[in-house]
Amino acid sequence: MGSLRVNKPGLLTTVQDLGRYGYQRYGMPVAGAMDSYAFQIANLLVGNRRNAPALEITLLGPEIIFLGAFRIAITGAELGAEINGKKIYSWSSVKVNSGDRLTFKGAQQGCRAYLSVSGGIEVEEVMGSSSTYLRGQLGGYQGRSLKAGDSLKVVDTDKGDFSGILKVPKQYLSEYKEEAEIRVVKGSQFQEFSQQEIDKFFNSQYSISLQSDRMGYRLEGEKLQPFQGADIISEGISLGAVQVPGDGQPIIMMSDHQTTGGYTKIANVISVDIATLAQMKPREMISFSLSSIEESQRLYCERERKLKELEQMTNKIYMVYSS
Amino acid sequence: MVEQLEYFPASDNSILVKFGDEIKREINQDIQAMVYLLEEEKITGVIEYIPSYTKLMIVYNPLIIDYHTLVAQLRELKEKIDIFTTPSTKIIEIPVMYGGEYGPDLETVAKYNSLSVEEVIKIHSSRDYLIYMLGFTPGFPYLGGMSKKIATPRLKNPREKIPAGSIGIADHQTGIYPISSPGGWQIIGRTPVKLFDPNREAPFLLEAGSYLRFVPVFNEEVELIEEQIEMGEYRISVKKIDNDC
Repeated sequence: MGSLRVNKPGLLTTVQDLGRYGYQRYGMPVAGAMDSYAFQIANLLVGNRRNAPALEITLLGPEIIFLGAFRIAITGAELGAEINGKKIYSWSSVKVNSGDRLTFKGAQQGCRAYLSVSGGIEVEEVMGSSSTYLRGQLGGYQGRSLKAGDSLKVVDTDKGDFSGILKVPKQYLSEYKEEAEIRVVKGSQFQEFSQQEIDKFFNSQYSISLQSDRMGYRLEGEKLQPFQGADIISEGISLGAVQVPGDGQPIIMMSDHQTTGGYTKIANVISVDIATLAQMKPREMISFSLSSIEESQRLYCERERKLKELEQMTNKIYMVYSS
Repeated sequence: MVEQLEYFPASDNSILVKFGDEIKREINQDIQAMVYLLEEEKITGVIEYIPSYTKLMIVYNPLIIDYHTLVAQLRELKEKIDIFTTPSTKIIEIPVMYGGEYGPDLETVAKYNSLSVEEVIKIHSSRDYLIYMLGFTPGFPYLGGMSKKIATPRLKNPREKIPAGSIGIADHQTGIYPISSPGGWQIIGRTPVKLFDPNREAPFLLEAGSYLRFVPVFNEEVELIEEQIEMGEYRISVKKIDNDC
């Protein structure tokens, strides 16, 4: 059986899948890949099922030695990946041989890259998922981010034993910018904000604070004030909720967000724009625009259609090349 | 009769159903009835639900069901709640070692309320607490119904680490820390029982809508329980009360 040896861990490298569902009512966060679009494409490019465990790499990439011949893909952020010192392109998959060394030169665009390996990374599922939930110290690889010396097993597969490069066509690629307009729908306490506060929210720019992580993005900019204070009776929180706590500075709930909370929520980022946010770094700027449930669900279905198309394309290729 | 429910989107893949405005037993029972019916009827496209004090959040897959269709189906379900009671209510008994190293703040709580330590234990363990919801950290129960007689403000300086299983008081609330974490609650005791174990078939011991009863245990019993837990032989006592009357 093949494996990946971690020589250097990088800034924050974790095993993720599409998340741990079904336990939110017990207070268990979903976790999972922050940019689920890039994550799924990474898996498709190596012939895996979309939810196969893969690595989420944050800004500074790890150094990894491949022990075994695999196909690997890197999608998402452009972090300057090289194999044995030679540049490899993002959003494509290549074959690597035993002993090959993967390094990263540094972040050029975006924040999170995904590294998939044909077969998928083998970790024990915890409560039905391979995602690492860092605060709970569970899932993924020993419930933590990778360290030097770790060895990750790879599930055996005969898929992907060909030497060409597979590249995602341009129309499927995401573009990462330092400024973005993030679309939202009304949050569950939207009515608790005056028109003046709502205008402030939609007409100003917010900077992503340094205190942002997989749990939430803290924003800095115009302070917001609901009519009756920021505290509400605790209720369920969904991914992308824009909470306004007592200090008036919004916080966007990301993958590791807690399941319930007692702050007002002015808005909720639409599903397809979570990926855009996931690729933004501290100090970058965002603004918000209002979308509707119908429109955001249409966009989500559109994204799914794209993933299905890619899945069909890659399935055909892997059918031809599997023994 | 359940009052008019309000349905509104929380995001493009979740709905909030609002059952009322106050933290009340009756409202929570209605929420539990809806949860029960959702589990029975299994609406296609519903992924999971998060009950809280006054609302129920329903997470769904918009590729399978859209917002308006789901609301229509939930309205149909609501009709049934009016004539429906969940078949039974559970009371989960949690053994507690009060005071000493397990409950360093038990005496503070007693002093603050001008009670003896024994009285605090008696008051704390003599009623059943409704588990309104779980949240904050995995398995953390929000309990209702603590006696005002033992209400105590939080610590001025929160502790950096409170061991898993610690039972605390913060103002008018009591709760259990399922995993070790920092916290400012007055710690009055600890349970050897694991509220959360990701490797157990049922990872969580508690669920919203059930009741929790604290049962004081003493030295010899503690050792026995700890041994049984170690061996995987400990069975938590769960009583069921039928709701048919």
